[in-house]
Amino acid sequence: MKKILVALLFAPLMAFASGAALHLDKWPGTVADKPALQNGAKLFVNYCLNCHGASFLRYNKLTELGLTEQQIKDNLMFTAEKIGEPMRVAARTEDQKKWFGAAPPDLTIIARARASEYGSGADWLYTYLRQFYRDDNRPTGWNNVVFENVGMPHILWELQGEQILNKDHKLELAVPGKLAPKDYDKAVSDLVGFMVWMGEPMQEQRQTIGWFVLAFLAVLCVFAYKLKKEYWKDIH
Amino acid sequence: MANTNFEKYKSDGSLQGNLLEWFDARFPATAMWKGHLSEYYAPKNFNFWYFFGSLALLVLVIQIVTGIFLVMHYKPDASLNANGVPVAFASVEYIMRDVPWGWMIRYMHSTGASAFFIVVYLHMFRGLMYGSYRKPRELTWLFGVGIFLCLMGEAFFGYLLPWGQMSFWGAQVIVNLFSAIPLIGEPLSIWLRGDFVIGDATLNRFFSFHVIAFPLVLLGLIAAHILALHETGSNNPDGVEIKAKKDEKGIPLDGIPFHPYYTVKDIVGVVVFLMAFSAIMFFSPEGGGYFLERPNFYPADPLKTPPHIAPVWYFTPYYSILRAMVWPLFGLDAKFWGVVAMGASVMIFAALPWLDKSPVKSIRYRGPIYKAFLTLFVISFFILGYLGTQSPSYWGEKISQVCSLIYFGFFLLMPWYSKVDKYRPAPDRVTK
Repeated sequence: MKKILVALLFAPLMAFASGAALHLDKWPGTVADKPALQNGAKLFVNYCLNCHGASFLRYNKLTELGLTEQQIKDNLMFTAEKIGEPMRVAARTEDQKKWFGAAPPDLTIIARARASEYGSGADWLYTYLRQFYRDDNRPTGWNNVVFENVGMPHILWELQGEQILNKDHKLELAVPGKLAPKDYDKAVSDLVGFMVWMGEPMQEQRQTIGWFVLAFLAVLCVFAYKLKKEYWKDIH
Repeated sequence: MANTNFEKYKSDGSLQGNLLEWFDARFPATAMWKGHLSEYYAPKNFNFWYFFGSLALLVLVIQIVTGIFLVMHYKPDASLNANGVPVAFASVEYIMRDVPWGWMIRYMHSTGASAFFIVVYLHMFRGLMYGSYRKPRELTWLFGVGIFLCLMGEAFFGYLLPWGQMSFWGAQVIVNLFSAIPLIGEPLSIWLRGDFVIGDATLNRFFSFHVIAFPLVLLGLIAAHILALHETGSNNPDGVEIKAKKDEKGIPLDGIPFHPYYTVKDIVGVVVFLMAFSAIMFFSPEGGGYFLERPNFYPADPLKTPPHIAPVWYFTPYYSILRAMVWPLFGLDAKFWGVVAMGASVMIFAALPWLDKSPVKSIRYRGPIYKAFLTLFVISFFILGYLGTQSPSYWGEKISQVCSLIYFGFFLLMPWYSKVDKYRPAPDRVTK
């Protein structure tokens, strides 16, 4: 009886399992790797921040990645005067609308928005940034496997080089870039790490506090249970 | 405490008598304490399912307290800020990043919303199992249905406030449902929104409903729910009226004072609940995309419809029932009948006390037909809930139609099957 019920319960799940699946590569990094996040921050400021803002993140927050305020001012802060200002985009929104048709989205929490049943937002970004290919039919000359007809050109092309989609619909590196494929993957992983961190800069602190809270509650649970037992021993 | 009352202290140093006497002469403090706690006699055989009433009260307090702090920093404003982001959306991220402990308060509130529904659904299921809605507790049940309706409104209005994509489009879809009502539908939906689309006017009125109107009604209904319960006394897993057998002092033989027995027991429930709550809040606040839906991390964009608009999980069973109605009837749109079916699926709970004709209350003494119907009802509820999170599909539609039939069948066939079903006579006294 129980087996039939369980089968009935999951039958609709099976019916829906066969959809067009999005294949995503697993992001290999972790937000605990601070040197990687620093490298990611550098890449973000140099490549992404020209068009995309990160307007919910203040520059001084980058001190949590192990950077000093002076290092941030000297190396990363190109779009602000004061260290407490948010990481605004260099270009103006109205101009961008004219250039691209739509203003490029703010990227502060894009890693959280891009999560889906196919993988985390980090997986999506890690795959997306590595799967641009040349496409002469697109106005920018670029297309993307996971984001078809994307409006954004391949901004990291000088690092990755130029990929093409061959006859078997597989990506192939036609023109090598400044970085070897393995190093490019690492660079993208660092960049994604930074974006995951900036989506929720308190995420590590949140989990640390969580362990303390759970430990406290576990102890409280023992006392609460003993108290209940003590009171209830005369109830039959 | 000033020293002027010094001579009135008792020899053991306590002031209890005097201050309380002064108070009790002007306000029924001790009487209320006794009537609702220390001399409120609850059946001694409450089981696991009886934790969820007090837990619902706990979640209510969590929501109110965190809500007070969120309102200090949240801005119900749909206009764009200097960075081109809606002010309301940006203010939520401001709470998450710049307000000290703001992230924790916000996650408590967002997790609390889902926890509220989990706890309330389990609380309602307890009522179904043990016949808690039956005479003499019909009014307690009706107030409860009112609380449930109010809670759905509260959750719906609150969901617009972060002003993300799902907030915007979810509200758009739901308010548009009202436009399916013949004649008055179109003007009604415009009146509800205060605009032709979901906009700043909508955001402001939903904010007002969420923080003032609905919480007020909710608190009133909860007070009425508890007062009505304490008038009749609590039901129990045996469905036995403990007030039928009293000792010489008039105390039910199977009753124990709520305080301290159930207060200390509920503390255990509270701690275990808080462990589960904290595990979600600190380690998976998005709840796998069910508690915080991913598209809501994009700011609301009236020009960009998301490919798939799904309500939050706690509304999905009813949303499925809405979508299951695909036939136009009597010259009226299928959408209109969908709205009617959805409304009926929630309201029908109110009819339960008069639909159930069984001679016994508790599932423990009921026959196989009731058990089968309740099982099927729960299974269809889960399937409807799952289908409501999915994009429309051929099989999804068929399955949701079958499940909707079972859902309504559970209620509408009850007068028949609860009468013909076998039963065992309930005992006079509660069992272990």
